[in-house]
Amino acid sequence: MAAMNDLTQITAHQARALLDARQISAVDLTRAVLERAGQVEPLLNSYITLAPEEALDQAEAADAALREGLGGPFTGIPVMVKDNMSTRGVRTTAGSRMLERYVPPYDAFVVERLRGARAVIVGKGNMDEFAMGSSTENSAFGPTRNPWDTSRVPGGSSGGAAAGVAAGECLASLGSDTGGSIRQPAALCGIVGMKPTYGLVSRYGLIAFASSLDQIGPMTRDVRDCADLLTLIAGHDPRDSTSSPRAGGDYAEGIDRGVAGVRIGVPEEYLGVGLEPGVRAAFEGALDVLQDLGAEVEPTSLPLTAHALAVYYIIAPSEASANLARYDGFKYGYSDRSGPTSWEVMDDTRRGGFGAEVKRRILLGGYALSAGYYDAYYRKAQQVRTLIRGEFARAFERFDVLATPPSPTVAFRIGAKTGDPLQMYLSDVCTIPVNIAGLPGISVPCGMAGGLPVGLQVIGPQFGDATVLRVAYAWEQATEWHRLRPPL
Amino acid sequence: MEPLSAEEVRHIARLTRLGLGDDEVERMRVQLADILAYFQSLAAVDTEGVEPTGHSTEIDTVMRDDVPAASLDRQEVLENAPDQNGEFFRVPRILD
Repeated sequence: MAAMNDLTQITAHQARALLDARQISAVDLTRAVLERAGQVEPLLNSYITLAPEEALDQAEAADAALREGLGGPFTGIPVMVKDNMSTRGVRTTAGSRMLERYVPPYDAFVVERLRGARAVIVGKGNMDEFAMGSSTENSAFGPTRNPWDTSRVPGGSSGGAAAGVAAGECLASLGSDTGGSIRQPAALCGIVGMKPTYGLVSRYGLIAFASSLDQIGPMTRDVRDCADLLTLIAGHDPRDSTSSPRAGGDYAEGIDRGVAGVRIGVPEEYLGVGLEPGVRAAFEGALDVLQDLGAEVEPTSLPLTAHALAVYYIIAPSEASANLARYDGFKYGYSDRSGPTSWEVMDDTRRGGFGAEVKRRILLGGYALSAGYYDAYYRKAQQVRTLIRGEFARAFERFDVLATPPSPTVAFRIGAKTGDPLQMYLSDVCTIPVNIAGLPGISVPCGMAGGLPVGLQVIGPQFGDATVLRVAYAWEQATEWHRLRPPL
Repeated sequence: MEPLSAEEVRHIARLTRLGLGDDEVERMRVQLADILAYFQSLAAVDTEGVEPTGHSTEIDTVMRDDVPAASLDRQEVLENAPDQNGEFFRVPRILD
């Protein structure tokens, strides 16, 4: 099978087969990935922190477990973790100067699960500061570049986790998705990325951005790996009060049942202004294939989609303004102690520690929550959120899943949208409604436009994660797009 | 709705302790006004009698038994502190 120099490009389940057959060791695999990261990091900047020594120690432990026949699907598999998930003993920055030297004293739930499975954590993925952004240009540690064209963004905010998987700097990664931060970069980098149902994966140890929307999920090279990684990280956790007792189980079970008779709705609002012709063509081609596979594809309408972006950019900054109040320069993180009193320390610390986009969102949230504006903005947005959830619920009475593009465009050029925040926010127009309603959504590679990847988004009802994976798997197995790798 | 004033931006920046400089206040004022104008589309949605949604799960307040358990190691936690005395976080005076 794969030669040594191809090890960085295979899927986790292919690596698993090689590990089980003793054709390679976890140490071989980890060394190959570290070597690849060494080659491409100067171009891509996917990692904020690489942890080669810890990774090789974990690989040796994985090999020992494999020799005893104790391996699971991710034993010995090199994985990147987005840098907003706490890793005990390895600094966790959330892409912010505020946390440049913060070393968590505990592991996030998902990191506990990775360690328990003896996966290898190669390092921490670059991201927009506190996950606020759609291009990974807001990182205090420099932008990540798209492996398909290094003059372009990888998407965001999980841009490092997407670029790393696409470029062979890890075999899979964990991202987080508040308004599209897994699915949009997955689409722009040509990989699989899934936001599970809200409550499926514990947020314990995830650095909070907007708690009612944040969800951790897998980023992988194919849908089987995505299902296996979701199976590893899903589960009830009493330390997250929104963790669902319904979480858990084998999400790979039944993914190969096909789509014959599956009812797929295509909401016309996702095909509106700003949709690039190449993205539309790839999307329509995908619908034809799904129809040929036996799915019933039908147009539909979700008129409230037009209001989802406004709802999101009121609710998410409001929650962020409260969540980020903890960065005061006293307990951990950056601290500017030049002022004489604690008030000056707070002001100076937050002024120097936060980047422009984070400040913008804190102000936006502070404004929406402040006296006199609360009803007009925050309460109004929460009411429209109720209506959007209802609209989705009605759609899922008629359809098993919905299909849309995950992004109206392919990867854009670095710097193209940094001067106009509202234009940047519009990048998330196809992914945000899914977070507002707490639904599962996946992006799978579905074509190329002008040499750049295009994704297909499949959205399911709450806890319909297995159905979403099944439709994505049927599409993927009928096509070859997931086998493409960037010519880097 | 009234256009956003620099004084309002300063007021919110004070509430959120962002310590903005004058240059930042003006830039933020222009950008925030743009974003707030975009939000006006929501006024057209009829929400009469609609309950607000705080989060999208069916879960309500979660209770647990009040059982003492080990917390994080104090020394390890204090290692991340900008200033500490081995037992406490140390901060400058809080009264003007």
